[in-house]
Amino acid sequence: MVWLWTDILIWLLVVLCIIGGYYSSKHPHLREPWKRVAQSSVAVASGTFLAAFIIVGLLDSLHFKAGENDPDHGEVISALDVVMRPLRKNQEKTYSAPFALHLFAKETVEMPDGSQQRIYPRLKHGGAHLESEEERAADIYQNVISALLMALITWMILVAMVGLWRSEGRTFKETISVWICVRCRVQLGVSKGFPWPTLLWTAMLLLILLFLMITLGGKYHILGTDKVGEDVLYQALKSIRTGLVIGTLTTMVMLPAAILLGVMAGYFRGWIDDVIQYLYTTLNSIPGVLLIAASVLMLQVYMDNHADEFASVIERADLRLLFLCIILGITSWTGLCRLLRGEAMKIRELDYVQASQAFGVSHMRILMRHLVPNVMHIVLITIVLDFSGLVLAEAVLSYINIGVDPTTQSWGNMINSARLEMAREPVVWWSLSAALIFMFTLVLSANLLSDRVRDAFDPKLRGIQ
Amino acid sequence: MTAYIIRRILYAIPILIGVNLITFVLFFMVNSPDDMARMHLGVKRVTPESIEQWKVERDYDKPLVFNVEEDGSDRFTQTIFYQKSLALFAFDFGSSDSGRDISYDISQRMWPSLAIALPVLIVGLLTNISFALLLVFFRATYVDFMGVVLCVIMMSISALFYIIGGQFLVGKVLHLVPVSGFGEGIAAWKFLVLPVLIGVIGGIGGGTRFYRTLFLEEAHRDYVRSARAKGLSEIKVLFGHILKNAMIPILTGVVVALPLLFMGSLITESFFGIPGLGSYTIDAINSQDFAIVRAMVFLGSVLYILGLVLTDISYTLVDPRVKLN
Repeated sequence: MVWLWTDILIWLLVVLCIIGGYYSSKHPHLREPWKRVAQSSVAVASGTFLAAFIIVGLLDSLHFKAGENDPDHGEVISALDVVMRPLRKNQEKTYSAPFALHLFAKETVEMPDGSQQRIYPRLKHGGAHLESEEERAADIYQNVISALLMALITWMILVAMVGLWRSEGRTFKETISVWICVRCRVQLGVSKGFPWPTLLWTAMLLLILLFLMITLGGKYHILGTDKVGEDVLYQALKSIRTGLVIGTLTTMVMLPAAILLGVMAGYFRGWIDDVIQYLYTTLNSIPGVLLIAASVLMLQVYMDNHADEFASVIERADLRLLFLCIILGITSWTGLCRLLRGEAMKIRELDYVQASQAFGVSHMRILMRHLVPNVMHIVLITIVLDFSGLVLAEAVLSYINIGVDPTTQSWGNMINSARLEMAREPVVWWSLSAALIFMFTLVLSANLLSDRVRDAFDPKLRGIQ
Repeated sequence: MTAYIIRRILYAIPILIGVNLITFVLFFMVNSPDDMARMHLGVKRVTPESIEQWKVERDYDKPLVFNVEEDGSDRFTQTIFYQKSLALFAFDFGSSDSGRDISYDISQRMWPSLAIALPVLIVGLLTNISFALLLVFFRATYVDFMGVVLCVIMMSISALFYIIGGQFLVGKVLHLVPVSGFGEGIAAWKFLVLPVLIGVIGGIGGGTRFYRTLFLEEAHRDYVRSARAKGLSEIKVLFGHILKNAMIPILTGVVVALPLLFMGSLITESFFGIPGLGSYTIDAINSQDFAIVRAMVFLGSVLYILGLVLTDISYTLVDPRVKLN
C-alpha cells in the first residue's frame, strides 16, 4: 500500500463520519433531523447519486505500488485503476469522437501497396472488433440491450433482497409493490417514512449506467478520447476524487481552528475577541482569488526549487492538492468563524452557561460541553453548503493555472485543455461536455442534499415548516 | 459624522498593516528572492552571478528587514521590507519583474474592468430582484417551486460553462458579436455585450434565490400583515413595503462590492480578451510576475476595506435606526 496524504485524510474523514453517524443514532435530538432528511425523496435521490460518486472516490483513494506480475509494474496505481484497466490501457494516438472507429485527424498512412494516402486511420482499440462502420449500430444496440437486461436482473435481486429484509408480514406481491411504487404505498398506508421507491429507482438508473460502462467501455471510447488519446470517461471518473477531496478536505482542515477560535472569541470577549476578530478581518480583506494565487505561486516556486524532496510525480501532485485545500480553507474559514462567534455570544448569556460558571466549572469544560455541541449544527450546515461551491471553484482555479497540479486528473484541467479545441472545425466537444456534465451532476446532487440538511438542522427554519 | 468616518478609516489601518505583513511574509520569507530568481532563470544550470544580476535589476539585492551595512535610518529604509512592502501604502507599486511601471498599467487597465463589472452589477441586480419579486408574488405555488428548482439547477452549472457555451453560441454559431477583443471608446460596446450578458445569466441562479429568501423573511413580518389587513393590493405591499425594507440588506451587499469592481473578473476578462485588471492579474500569474501579484493583493485589500467603510456610512444614511457610534 502507498498512503498519500490526502488518502489518509479521506479515510480519517470516513472514520469520523462513521463515528458521527453512530453517535447521532444514539441521541434522539440528532437522530430526528437526520430522519427528516431521509424522508425527503429529493434528498434520498441526490444522496444515492452522491454515494455513487463517493464510492468511486474512495476506490480511487486506495493507492498501491503495482506488483511484479502486474502490467503496470512499478507505478503507483489505485483500486479504481485496476477496476478500469481496459479503459486506462486502451490509449489511442489523439482525439477521437465518442463511439468512433477512426481517429479525428487525418494522417498520412502507408498503404500495403507502398503508396501513401491521407486518411482517417482506424483506432487501435475503439471498435477494433468490428469489420466496418456498418456493423457498429447493431453492435452498440446489442450491447445496450444486454446491459439493460443485466441491470434489470441485478435490480430485481436488489428489490427482492430489500423486500425480504423488511417484509413486515405482507404478501410477496404487496411487499414488492411497497418498495417500488409510490401510489401503492399510499394505498397500503405507508406513505410516510423512508422513500424506498425513490432509492430503488435511482439505483436502477445508476445500475443501467454502470452496466453500460461495463459492456461498452471496453469496446468503444464511450466519451471519446482526448489530445493524447486517453479515454475521456476514465479521466472524468478519475476526476471525481479530486472534486471530492477539494469539497470535503478544505472545510475539514480548517474546521478545528475555525470552531475553536470562533467559540473562544464569542465566549471570552475582551482582548481575545479583539485579536481573533483582527485575525479574520485581515485574512478576509484579501480577495480570495488573489490570496490563493499568491500562495499557489509561492508553493510552485518552493516545489520547483526543491524538486528532489518529492519521491514521485504522484506524491508531488498530491501534496499540491493538499496545499490547495489548506489555502482554500484559509480563505474560507473566516465566514464560519464569524457565525460561530455570534452564536457563542448568544449562548454564553443563557441560563445553563451562567449556572455552570456560578458552580465554578472551568472555562475549558464549559467550552467543550456547553458551547461546542450547541454550535455543531452551524458547522454541519456550513460544511454541506460549502461543498458544491468548492467543487466549482476547483474548476475555475485550475483554469487560471492556480488550481491542482497539471498532472492531477480534474474537471478543471479537462476543461482547460479542451477549451482551446473549441476553435477547431468540427468542434471537439466531448471532453468539455463530459467534464461539465460530471461536475453538474455532483454539484446538483450536493446542492439538493445540502438544502434538505439545512432545512432539517436549522432551528430557525424548523418553525416555518 | 466626520468624526465617525475618520474613526472608521483609522480602524482600517491596522488591518492594512496586517495585510502588508502577510504579503511580505508570503512573497519574501516563504521563498527568498534567490528562489524567485532561480525560478525565473530556470531551475537548473543557473549561476550565482546571474541570480545576483537578476536581483540587482529588480532591487531585490537588499537585506529583508535590517541592513547592517548602512547607518542611521538607512538601516531600515535600505531594505526590501521598506522599499517593496511599506511603499505599497503610498501606492508606490514600483515596476513589475519585467520592468513595466505597475501604477501606470493599473491606471490604464482599471477602466475596461469597470466597463464590464459595473453593467454586470447593475443589470444583474435589477434582473435578480425582478425575478425574486416575481417568485415572492407567486409564493407557495407551482411557479415559485419551479423557479426555485430552476435557480438550483442554474447555480449548479459551472461559470466556465456559461462563458464557453455563450461564446460558442453567440460568437461562433450565430455570429452576432465578436468572441473576444476590446475597442476604444464607444466602439467597445459590441465587445462588452456578450461578457455582460453572460455575467448576468451566470449570476441569476444564486442571486434570485438569495433575494427571494430575503424578501420572504420580510414577507412574514408584522408590518406586512397589517398592510394587507388595511386592504392594500399585493403589488403595493410587494413594492411599497417588502422591497423598501429589504433594500437595506441589498444595499449592504452592493456597496461592499463597489470598489472591488475596479479589480474586474479574472476568468471573464481572460476569456474575452479584455485588457482589464483581471486579465492583468492572470497574465502576471502565468508569467510568475510576483511584483504585480503583490501589488494586486494589496490593492484588492484596500478596495475591500474601502467597501466596508462605505457600507457602514451608507447604513447610517438609509437606516435611521442606526446611530453613529
